[in-house]
Amino acid sequence: MTNTTGNSSVPRAYLSRRYHLSASHRLHTGAFSDEQNRAAYGKCNNPYGHGHNYTIEVTLGGPVDPVTGMVCDLGTLDAFASELLLARFDHQNLNTLPEFESSVSTTENFTREVHRIFSGFAHAELIRVRIEETSNNSFEYAGPESNRKAQNL
Amino acid sequence: MVLLTRKAEFSSAHYYWNDVWSAEENERVFGRCANRNGHGHNYTLEVTVAGEVDQVSGFVVDLKQLKDILEREVIRVYDHRHLNLEVPEFATRIPTTENIAISIWDRLDGKIPNARLHRVRVYELPDLFADYYGERG
Repeated sequence: MTNTTGNSSVPRAYLSRRYHLSASHRLHTGAFSDEQNRAAYGKCNNPYGHGHNYTIEVTLGGPVDPVTGMVCDLGTLDAFASELLLARFDHQNLNTLPEFESSVSTTENFTREVHRIFSGFAHAELIRVRIEETSNNSFEYAGPESNRKAQNL
Repeated sequence: MVLLTRKAEFSSAHYYWNDVWSAEENERVFGRCANRNGHGHNYTLEVTVAGEVDQVSGFVVDLKQLKDILEREVIRVYDHRHLNLEVPEFATRIPTTENIAISIWDRLDGKIPNARLHRVRVYELPDLFADYYGERG
């Protein structure tokens, strides 16, 4: 690093916070016939839906403030998540929400939606969103493909 | 190159307080963490090192040796201690999860033979953790 201004000696760290929410969904697309939907999505295409306990892991990065010792204030982040993540999705049927009106409620699409939400958090840089749909399945999104460094962190 | 991660645990007390601020300002910014009697956590430390696999031993590093280094440099100093009052780096640095990760990096950097420190991850709670990769600026 060639930057020799005062800020160059400030350590840069990453803070990850995990949130939990429970929701139902059904994987189904109008682009397929019923038979194609069943073939593509299997038991996830059950017309009555099913549900998961999702774990949402949000990673933020930035210089550690020498005054507070923090990347960002946790209370501010939790309040943001409570209002824009948990209040919106917890104990809901994802398919009924406007976010999934024109996209299938896969966890890939859910991860991108949560990334879009947290990219509006003004107090630190969003690095990555990772969602565990079950303890065996998890999905990550770090923004556009060019953002390779974030994906390697 | 292969990454290898070793986990260790320590249990410590701490509080968040900045002497340049009034008591009211500390309580406003740090909330319950500003209680001067302290509170504590079971921390989980994950240290990831990067290196080449030795052709003879098949190891990146000897895990026993890595365990002993973590024990000597970190666990013996932090475990069952009050971080603010008993660990020198936190006399001038608030023991947030971020600063604990940075301090552990500084303690370990250059001390692991045949491998490069890649990441220090510190869990304060299962749902809250900080990562440090030695980056500055």
